[in-house]
Amino acid sequence: MPEDPQSRFEDDLALDPRIDSPGREGLTGTTRADAYEPRRDPVDVTVAPDGRPMEEQPKWRRDFAIDWPEDHHVARRDFTKFLVLTSGAFAVGQGWIAVQSLVRKNRKPPARKRIASLAAMTAGTVVTFDFPDEHEPCLLIRTPEGELVAYSQKCTHLSCAVVPRLDQGVLHCPCHEGYFDLATGRNIAGPPPRPLPSIELAIEGDDIYAVGVQARTT
Amino acid sequence: MTAKLQRPATRAQRTTVVNGILCFVLILVVLQLWLLTATMDAFLGGDDRVVWPALGASVACLLLNLGLLRYLVRR
Repeated sequence: MPEDPQSRFEDDLALDPRIDSPGREGLTGTTRADAYEPRRDPVDVTVAPDGRPMEEQPKWRRDFAIDWPEDHHVARRDFTKFLVLTSGAFAVGQGWIAVQSLVRKNRKPPARKRIASLAAMTAGTVVTFDFPDEHEPCLLIRTPEGELVAYSQKCTHLSCAVVPRLDQGVLHCPCHEGYFDLATGRNIAGPPPRPLPSIELAIEGDDIYAVGVQARTT
Repeated sequence: MTAKLQRPATRAQRTTVVNGILCFVLILVVLQLWLLTATMDAFLGGDDRVVWPALGASVACLLLNLGLLRYLVRR
């Protein structure tokens, strides 16, 4: 006489359904206590509530393990697979940086650009300009001490525009309270991780030219 | 004796192996995350010297992770 799934299920229910009862630690009420013999793979012994084999069960039941030990086993393996996927994404990111590095090396140096007249740059004067293209705002500053400096206006944290505060000798980023030294462009407080890129200047006669950008790590 | 050696690992043993591999993979992924942030910081600061060594190290970590995953799947 073939085994009736319903009667098998009812027999299983007659077992002590408590998860922590002796010999049944981690097992639900639908799997017999001898299911996890050392030589048997627990994946093969899980019994669904309707008694049909796992291949015939709906996808949601196959995706979610019935017995606790199996659930732990699968979850850790799946988590490891996800971690390896993340590892691949990080490697791809490194590759993207390497490609960008090659692109940057092969890029032509920017064309020099006239910014301002030297005579107009009296102490405490600030001029904004775009260099090397219109998406890169920069600041040309004649400090109160008379030094001529130029920096990118983009904060190295999240690219907010920095504001010169000549009386305090700093460049201030209002977005997250970042501060840069006016004389050197170095990050001195707040979240910015790097100094502001400095703009290389050339003075010819009365004209001030921007000739290059120097990104810095320190 | 031979039969005893060939006996499949118990659930507890396999769980220990899975946990060990998971720990290794986790450490390698954290190392890759650190490499990526440090390389990005250096690249944005105009320093290209670290880019290729960091790429090599990251790919090595990935290969190691794939090897560990392969071992895990085959068990």
